[in-house]
Amino acid sequence: MLLLKKEQLLAWLNKLTQAYQVFAPVNEEGCVSFKQIEAGDQCTLDYTNSKVPPKEVLFPRSEYLFCYRCEKEHVELKEQIDEHKKVIFGLRPCDARSFLLLDNVFRNERFQDPYYLTRRKNTVLVGLGCNQPPATCFCTSLGSGPFATEGLDLLLVDIGDRYVLEVLTERGQELLSGMELPAADQEAREAAQKVKEGAAVSSRVTLEGLKSKLDVSFDHPLWDLIHEKCLGCAACTYTCPTCHCFDIVDEAQGNEGCRVRSWDACMFPLFTLHGSGHNPRPTNKERFRQRVMHKFKYFVDNFNATACVGCGRCILNCPVNLDIREVIAEIQGTEVRSNKQ
Amino acid sequence: MKNPYLPLPMRLVKHFVETEDNLIHTFTLEFLKEEDEKSFRYLPGQFAEVCVFGVGEAPFGIASSPTEPGHLKFSVARVGVVTTALHQLPEGTILGVRGPLGNSYPIEEFKGKNVVIIGGGFAFTTLRSLVTYILHPQNRGDFGKVTVIYGARNPGLLLYKEELAAWEKRTDIELVTTIDRPVEGWSGRVGFVPAVTKEVAPSAENAYAVVCGPPIMIKFTLPVLEELGFPPERIIMSLENRMKCGIGMCGRCNVGNKYVCKDGPVFTRAQLNQLPNEY
Ligand SMILES: Cc1cc2nc3c(=O)[nH]c(=O)nc-3n(C[C@H](O)[C@H](O)[C@H](O)COP(=O)(O)OP(=O)(O)OC[C@H]3O[C@@H](n4cnc5c(N)ncnc54)[C@H](O)[C@@H]3O)c2cc1C
Ligand code: SF4
Ligand code: SF4
Ligand code: FES
Repeated sequence: MLLLKKEQLLAWLNKLTQAYQVFAPVNEEGCVSFKQIEAGDQCTLDYTNSKVPPKEVLFPRSEYLFCYRCEKEHVELKEQIDEHKKVIFGLRPCDARSFLLLDNVFRNERFQDPYYLTRRKNTVLVGLGCNQPPATCFCTSLGSGPFATEGLDLLLVDIGDRYVLEVLTERGQELLSGMELPAADQEAREAAQKVKEGAAVSSRVTLEGLKSKLDVSFDHPLWDLIHEKCLGCAACTYTCPTCHCFDIVDEAQGNEGCRVRSWDACMFPLFTLHGSGHNPRPTNKERFRQRVMHKFKYFVDNFNATACVGCGRCILNCPVNLDIREVIAEIQGTEVRSNKQ
Repeated sequence: MKNPYLPLPMRLVKHFVETEDNLIHTFTLEFLKEEDEKSFRYLPGQFAEVCVFGVGEAPFGIASSPTEPGHLKFSVARVGVVTTALHQLPEGTILGVRGPLGNSYPIEEFKGKNVVIIGGGFAFTTLRSLVTYILHPQNRGDFGKVTVIYGARNPGLLLYKEELAAWEKRTDIELVTTIDRPVEGWSGRVGFVPAVTKEVAPSAENAYAVVCGPPIMIKFTLPVLEELGFPPERIIMSLENRMKCGIGMCGRCNVGNKYVCKDGPVFTRAQLNQLPNEY
């Protein structure tokens, strides 16, 4: 554990921006999101969590896959792989965990997504512990926590005038080269410990038994009611650090163009509409069920992990206060009924 | 790292109006690069993403068979943006193809067995691939009796008419074609596919059934196959969920925890019985 004085932070960030693309929380009219900064003073570390998760650094809202020019006898393709070295600075531990989950998605038995994976490989994650987790966080129920280090390269713990810096990987160590930071003394360690103990995540969900309930509740009547106030706006999926659905379209003019992918959402009716007009998930009920099933059952089936990190964004951003914690509680309270009699 | 989003360039060498209602066109494509042709190794039942540059891409079952080297064939119904653009392309146009994607019919399991192939409407595309593959002189001996039951609303809507005529003449395949209502000059059967399947009553003994067609046809054919004694493990179906990436990442095509693009599109009925009915 090392010690970093707060006044050293700016110089460190400035130095990092020379060698890396640094993405850090930036406050734009009250809305915090991870933006590339040119200098340390552009970012804020005084924030609860970003509105949009830092997944957008590795998996942007919209990106070019490749561009092309069509000639009469051939077509020229230009891949658009982003190989810049990056640092995501000041992300929360829950969001670091989301990358571990997304890693499962962008690499499978047969295919690798070079866009995500290349950025992922070149990105160092510097976490910032949460001294005062807001009431919507339930990360500790999902294998994370306000000072969890999983997936991070460095973790900053704010102890007032200084940060205790936990060096977790060699990549993290590299970010500190030439810094000559002192080791954290006894007092600082104790202060960090106190901060950690004081950071209570009061809200919880019960995961135990949830998956086995979902295994048999696809046709349960609870789905008929639970989605009713949902507007299908997809604010929940758009701001979720583990949601990964995307669309692919062409943007072209004349004989030149680019293939673009952008975030999409299972909450939209057109998402699954077949060419024939048939829609396997025709109403909000099926789409809401898909969102819940994907996170708490299908993902567990496929990767033995829950696709939620308890960041609470879907709760904060839902215009009708549909709370995923209540949905889980309701499922947990249901009687088990088999869907294949 | 191989980039699965990059299409291989191909030339449209033949654009053929397949059905008399002009709704289905068949496209024959040739690889521009020899190395692409070599690396594109597929089996019947697989699909590919075909793109019209400047418009977009869409998934289509591969209608040609790997026993027909040098080209790929797709039969495409005009329903939306990409398919309409395809229908307007002149021969010679350069297209992009990503694939092969998905799994294939379980050809290895079919070996030494009788194969009953049941198709309806324009969903006969990958079935054409399968039949062509099995009938190839080098492969035919690996399989038992082959029965094909294929129906369309009227004769003009059957795909691959020339090939059907050729199969008709062969003795190593039993071809039964049917249309919904009688038409003058039609010598095949009249009636819906499920009813005709019941009449033909292919034996389930040592046999697999492959069924592709509109949902309504599938719905009524499955009980007939059950009655004939086909267990769910030996009824093979192909799903057509809406897709984008085709590689299990965009999250669009799942049925339960399975991604149709990656884990399918070919499933046994037994597998589908384990999944929610979201297809
Ligand atoms: C594995 C697989 C194999 C397939 N094989 C074949 C095949 O061999 N032959 C074949 O013909 N087809 C096949 N299909 C179906 C084919 O992929 C679709 O018909 C095709 O994707 C339609 O693309 P499109 O761009 O023309 O249609 P789109 O323009 O995407 O839309 C098709 C329809 O969707 C609806 N729609 C979509 N977007 C909107 C919107 N923004 N607003 C309103 N409505 C909208 C409309 O009803 C529209 O008519 C297959 C599909 C799969 C998954
Ligand atoms: S944010 Fe709320 S209203 Fe919008 S789709 Fe999600 S649950 Fe429904
Ligand atoms: S489901 Fe909600 S709480 Fe869970 S990771 Fe996504 S946005 Fe956060
Ligand atoms: S088409 Fe993208 S996951 Fe299947």
